[in-house]
Amino acid sequence: MVFPMTRHSRPGPSGPGPVSRLRTWIGPLPLLQGLLFVVVLLLFAFLGQNTADSMHRMGLTPGFAFLSHQSNFEIGESLLSYSAGDSYARALGAGIANTIKVAVVGCLLATVLGVALGIARLSGNLLLASFVHSYVELLRNTPLLLQLFLWSAIIHALPPPRGAYSFLGSIYLSNRGVYLPSLSVEGLPAVVWLSVVVLAVLAALVLCRRLFAGSAFYLPKSAGAALGALALCYLTLTSLGFAASVEIPAKGGFNIRGGLSLTPEFAALLIGLVVNASASISEIVRSGIQSVKSGQWEAARALGLKPAQILRLVVLPQALRVITPLMISSFLDLTKNSSLAVAIGYPDLVSVANTTANTTGQALEAIIIIAAVYLTISLAVSAVMNLYNRRVVLREEGKR
Amino acid sequence: MSQIELAPPVAPDWHRWRDGLFSGWANGLVTLATLAAMLWLALPFFRWAVVDAVWSGTSADCATETAGACWAFVGAKFRFMLFAFFPPPLQWRPALVLTLITALLTVSALPRFWSFRLVPVWLLALVVIWLLMAGTAGMEPVSTNHWGGLPITLTVSIAGLAFAFPIALLLALARQSDMGIVRCLAIAFIEVLRGVPMIAVLYVAMLIVPMALPSGAAIDKLLRAQIGVTLFFSAYLAEVIRAGLQVIPSGQKEAALSLGLSRIQMLRLVVLPQALIAVIPAIVNLSIGIVLNTSLLAVIGIYDLLNAAKTSATDPIWLGFYSEAYIFAALVYFAICFTGSRYSLWLERKLNASNRR
Repeated sequence: MVFPMTRHSRPGPSGPGPVSRLRTWIGPLPLLQGLLFVVVLLLFAFLGQNTADSMHRMGLTPGFAFLSHQSNFEIGESLLSYSAGDSYARALGAGIANTIKVAVVGCLLATVLGVALGIARLSGNLLLASFVHSYVELLRNTPLLLQLFLWSAIIHALPPPRGAYSFLGSIYLSNRGVYLPSLSVEGLPAVVWLSVVVLAVLAALVLCRRLFAGSAFYLPKSAGAALGALALCYLTLTSLGFAASVEIPAKGGFNIRGGLSLTPEFAALLIGLVVNASASISEIVRSGIQSVKSGQWEAARALGLKPAQILRLVVLPQALRVITPLMISSFLDLTKNSSLAVAIGYPDLVSVANTTANTTGQALEAIIIIAAVYLTISLAVSAVMNLYNRRVVLREEGKR
Repeated sequence: MSQIELAPPVAPDWHRWRDGLFSGWANGLVTLATLAAMLWLALPFFRWAVVDAVWSGTSADCATETAGACWAFVGAKFRFMLFAFFPPPLQWRPALVLTLITALLTVSALPRFWSFRLVPVWLLALVVIWLLMAGTAGMEPVSTNHWGGLPITLTVSIAGLAFAFPIALLLALARQSDMGIVRCLAIAFIEVLRGVPMIAVLYVAMLIVPMALPSGAAIDKLLRAQIGVTLFFSAYLAEVIRAGLQVIPSGQKEAALSLGLSRIQMLRLVVLPQALIAVIPAIVNLSIGIVLNTSLLAVIGIYDLLNAAKTSATDPIWLGFYSEAYIFAALVYFAICFTGSRYSLWLERKLNASNRR
């Protein structure tokens, strides 16, 4: 009987020790590198000392103590409840929440619009494809900030609520904002019931994947499960006494009441970001699908698969490998671009931090907070992306 | 291996149109639906921009109830939007700058003129641009606070690219090197700058740099913004160059070293020429990104093209024609960037073709 050898009992020389591993990591010219490192540190220390001196001269104390002080400005809109007199930390928190709000909604809508446009570009219809092509060229060759300014100007030039443009009697466009029908549940805040519904649908889909992955009618079954989860949520909520209803905005006097109202600033930022990102996403989808060699299509057709099956079983799984990382980096771009909100008056993180810097003078700290939040988001996303890439690469090797 | 090159048969034009638009009933429906949607979107715009538009006159002509776009405004504020607050009698100087930039860009765009002689020419051009804008012996000095419009957009972009290039090259090499500490410093610099929005970098340049300088020292606002733009894009450019370095097979480096070249010679004579030529189209695309992103200078109060256009609509005589101003600026940006992106595509094809030979 052969016993498996443990690491310690393995014969031969042991692996490199920590010192020699550090040596290899540092590589050639260690002294010069160390010197460079010290110089960089000294540079930062010099600049930091100067900054601290300047701040003392202006009567400011460097540090984050100001975060707990009372703020004296209002924020136009926020997910977190906030009013002047709350702490600066809370104001910045409201800014972060606003950034996340526009980024999440923006990414979702941009994906929907971008995928639709990408498919339209590939549809084989000459008119539709060239229309989408010029849309993409127009958006990619003008600055995003200009697009945001233009959307903002357009929304502010809309008629007042009394003469608001309406579509299908339920969507209103006015210079006070955009009004959409909304789902509301009496007695529950939107965040609560929305997360319940999303969790239920996700759970249903995961369950479906476990049970039926690879079986026939997988897609219809998943769709059915998702619908079932929705129905279950509805029944549970109503039986618990929470009535769900669709609220349609309606004109009343000088204003529009009811429904979901988007402020002009949020609407302009959201539309601008979504339209801009949808152009890049449509290109990503198109190039991803075109990256699948035509031989794959032909082979699938020769096997007798239907066009929808070819797309779902052969082309998309391969295209998604190209599409996903690019898509995620364009989500990151959208998130970073949402910082342009400061130019059109939507109170996102950058805008609130800017106001904080102006009122307290603590510009350095405000910028450190901005940078820390965006860096956390970017690094977290790229860590997830590395994991995904490793998984995809492993699968690719496993297939060989 | 020789190969007979035969062009594939091409269907006549009307055939391709028919197949593209009405190959079947579904395709035909899509065509009609697209046409309807385009008309629905384009007709009101066409009415506003052409039929009801006011092409000449004063702001009073544009104030009538039925008036559409006020192109008379663009005519009246044309010079302001291009040159912002540059003193009007001296505006021939920024105009000359624009001509110089256009001429040099055209020459540099043609691969036949590519050589290292272009580098001193461009550096000299930047000096000439600076002298023309700022004024020198015999020319009235103009403070950078009065510079503005298209020359700012183009100069900041070009200087940004020019100064970012050496930094980016060093960063890309550092990130690839086997020196651990240098590599870490390069990675930290690149990832931090790529992870934050450009506006944060511009805020640092505007708000923090004046505080971080030793007391008494000061750097001009435009120059600070230029430094911010340069550092920000050097991180992106470094990644573009690194992608080029990665496609050079290691056999090339080994062959160069075995021929007795030093590491510097290997980089200069073997690796960099191939790597840089491979990424020229990507660099052109990045340059388009720089031109588009210089519009963020508007947020920190520098009068680039976008800010000049925005400000032109705050003139009390021509108040509030924002849409017209933005559309004009958009057309200028589009003309520059669309030309650039077509050029990049053309270049890519050309370089690929010469690679295959």
